[in-house]
Amino acid sequence: MLGRTANGLFWMFRYLERAENTARLLDAGLRMALTRDIISAEEEWRSVIQASGQGNAYRAKHGTFTGIQVWNHILRDRDNPGSVLEMMRNVRTNARLVRNAISGELWSVVNESWMQIDDALSRPVGQGAVGGVIAMIRRAGTLAHGAMVNSMLRDAGYNFANAGTFVERADNTARILDMKYYLLLPSLSYVGSSLDSGQWDQVLRSVSGDRAYRWLNAGQADPRGIVEFLVMDERFPRSLAFSHMMLRANLKALARIHKTEAESSRLIEQSSTMLGDLTIEKVFDEGLHEFLTRFMRSNAEIARAIADDYRFLR
Amino acid sequence: MSAATDPFDEMRDPAGAVRPAYAGYSQWYDEQERDWLKRKDREAEAVFRRTGITFNVYSEEAAEERLIPFDMVPRIVSAAEWRKLTKGIEQRVRALNAFIHDLYHRQEIIRAGRVPERLLRDNAAWLPDMVGFTPPGGVYTHIVGIDLVRTGPNDFFVLEDNARTPSGVSYMLENRETMMAMFPELFTRVGVETVSDYPRKLARSLAACAPPKCKGKPTVAVLTPGIYNSAYYEHAFLADQMGAELVEAPDLRVIDGRVAMRTTGGYEPVDVLYRRVDDEYLDPLSFNPDSMLGVPGIMDVYRSGGITIANAPGTGIADDKAIYSFMPDIVEFYTGEKPLLPNVETHRCADPETLKYVLDNLAELVVKEVHGSGGYGMLVGPTSSRREIADFRRKLVANPDNYIAQPTLALSTCPVFTRKGLAPRHVDLRPFVLVSPEGVEITPGGLTRVALKKGSLVVNSSQGGGTKDTWVLKD
Repeated sequence: MLGRTANGLFWMFRYLERAENTARLLDAGLRMALTRDIISAEEEWRSVIQASGQGNAYRAKHGTFTGIQVWNHILRDRDNPGSVLEMMRNVRTNARLVRNAISGELWSVVNESWMQIDDALSRPVGQGAVGGVIAMIRRAGTLAHGAMVNSMLRDAGYNFANAGTFVERADNTARILDMKYYLLLPSLSYVGSSLDSGQWDQVLRSVSGDRAYRWLNAGQADPRGIVEFLVMDERFPRSLAFSHMMLRANLKALARIHKTEAESSRLIEQSSTMLGDLTIEKVFDEGLHEFLTRFMRSNAEIARAIADDYRFLR
Repeated sequence: MSAATDPFDEMRDPAGAVRPAYAGYSQWYDEQERDWLKRKDREAEAVFRRTGITFNVYSEEAAEERLIPFDMVPRIVSAAEWRKLTKGIEQRVRALNAFIHDLYHRQEIIRAGRVPERLLRDNAAWLPDMVGFTPPGGVYTHIVGIDLVRTGPNDFFVLEDNARTPSGVSYMLENRETMMAMFPELFTRVGVETVSDYPRKLARSLAACAPPKCKGKPTVAVLTPGIYNSAYYEHAFLADQMGAELVEAPDLRVIDGRVAMRTTGGYEPVDVLYRRVDDEYLDPLSFNPDSMLGVPGIMDVYRSGGITIANAPGTGIADDKAIYSFMPDIVEFYTGEKPLLPNVETHRCADPETLKYVLDNLAELVVKEVHGSGGYGMLVGPTSSRREIADFRRKLVANPDNYIAQPTLALSTCPVFTRKGLAPRHVDLRPFVLVSPEGVEITPGGLTRVALKKGSLVVNSSQGGGTKDTWVLKD
């Protein structure tokens, strides 16, 4: 497989994952804002913008944090290169680029989703439409993953696509967790005291983990448990541990196909060992923010190493 | 012959009776509900858009993807007609290859005085790098598209030879796929020759032209300028269908005397490169030094037998419309036979006598630039305003060498589906031909282009034309 094709697959799935996570984040914000008074709703939307990593760009244009402004900025603002519209355009452009490395099913799912989303975002999204648009974006991710699993050849291309997915997912979950921690719980050692359980609920919702967490914990929300769940629980498909478990499996397959022990393999083994030895006490001893920063840095290094190892760049 | 004469209707004779080739289709069509057909017509566009069968146009904003309009009434050719056509096409394609070989070697046709030397001298597609070099297998035009028009029951003419990089074959294939998906019962009633094995034949034909340094099974790759190229869909489609890599020039470099592509496991040699980029972008060392595209040194590898480039560089000399006017002589010179497929009568404006005739008859003629393509830079006399004719006259007088003129043919018509039912529109046909040392293969069918505007003779997609599925009936 061409290095350029591998790069296209990797980024096609990174953008897809990012778009889907952004939709989840908006969904959580929307839900929380609907159950709040105006003032605290504004706080929710501010934190959505922060967690999406678009704080500076947003503040350069807007002075307030109303829902309609926030979701239109994130979904479709022309001046926002990180909008969902641009992410989905990147997904489709990369899909065209790797057209002969993906199945026909996957291509048509991506192409059709793009046509729907492009159409839905061609005009401002009002209160009545935002829920539908968010569902459409999430469905695009689900359909693409379904088509991939059902129809793609299990060769290197499949592993590059998965590597893109799980590198991005690990980063997104870590970023959401870090943002919430940073904004809302400056001192996590005072667990449970003045905790706003609604905020933690939003964290779970933005990674679609609320139902799974309730199931595992008999409805009890406790920040320590939530952090443990999102960092270390290998059963949950958006946790850091799960993401890196999958990343490791795909990088192993790539190393086997290429008959190399590449730098990315070494780094993912390191990360797996670290996550395997982890306890929630260790996370809090280090400090959640410090831990997440370290994790995100090593995650980004793995992504860089994959690009180097497999000649993504010209 | 002028456009005022009633054009030949391929479906019905002048008395209104359905011609034999259309009998099966016509019967089926009459049995269908009108509303159902209308629904199918709308469905077809959705299918094309969903599949992403698009071509790119360059607008001021950004590259935009468009659909070529598709008409759901097939153009039907009988088995006997097709047999006749293929003989003529094969003869012409063999002559084209012999001609290009001769031009880059002994130039016997020029020495024999059958083609003037200045045609070569003035030919922008002439490549000195190819002089004295014979491509692997002796093939220059691996993939050829011969544009045909029809004016009567037995009157097919060659309008243009596309020996350089003919495009449109993906539409031939997707049109058929769409028709089979929409009207499966129709295909069980009417026996139609299949076109779907074209990619397989293309892969085999290209592999049969592997270069001397190829070891083992040849690796074939399709070279595209990238996703913003107007024909990118087709490049990706063909690579996908052939199971070949789709490469861009920056993926390639010369290593150890071979052209190699950068894969995730390192560089791997390419044996046959089906390139869909122009000569001048192939090698910045040999051609345009300012181009950032291209593979430096690929021409050296080519000349030393390390790679096959399809179609061969320098093949474009045969696409020149001034050369076209000599094709009957060329066919005769190399095959020793009379041409089976005639040219459209062509006036070379470079000749002063002819120029005078052309200027006197501009309103009846079609005038084309010698190097033009895609329906640009041409005058269709009968449908042009006085002002347009006057403007064109000035260009023609200023640079007569740059133009040829042809009579306006009464192109045949085929029915298209309109809201009011079937209506005749002018068509042409581009069959696709594959050439390898193993022989010449012509896929039964081709791309039928259709002028969607009533009375229009211009079928180019860049000028608003559409396409149809083309059926060659089984015997």
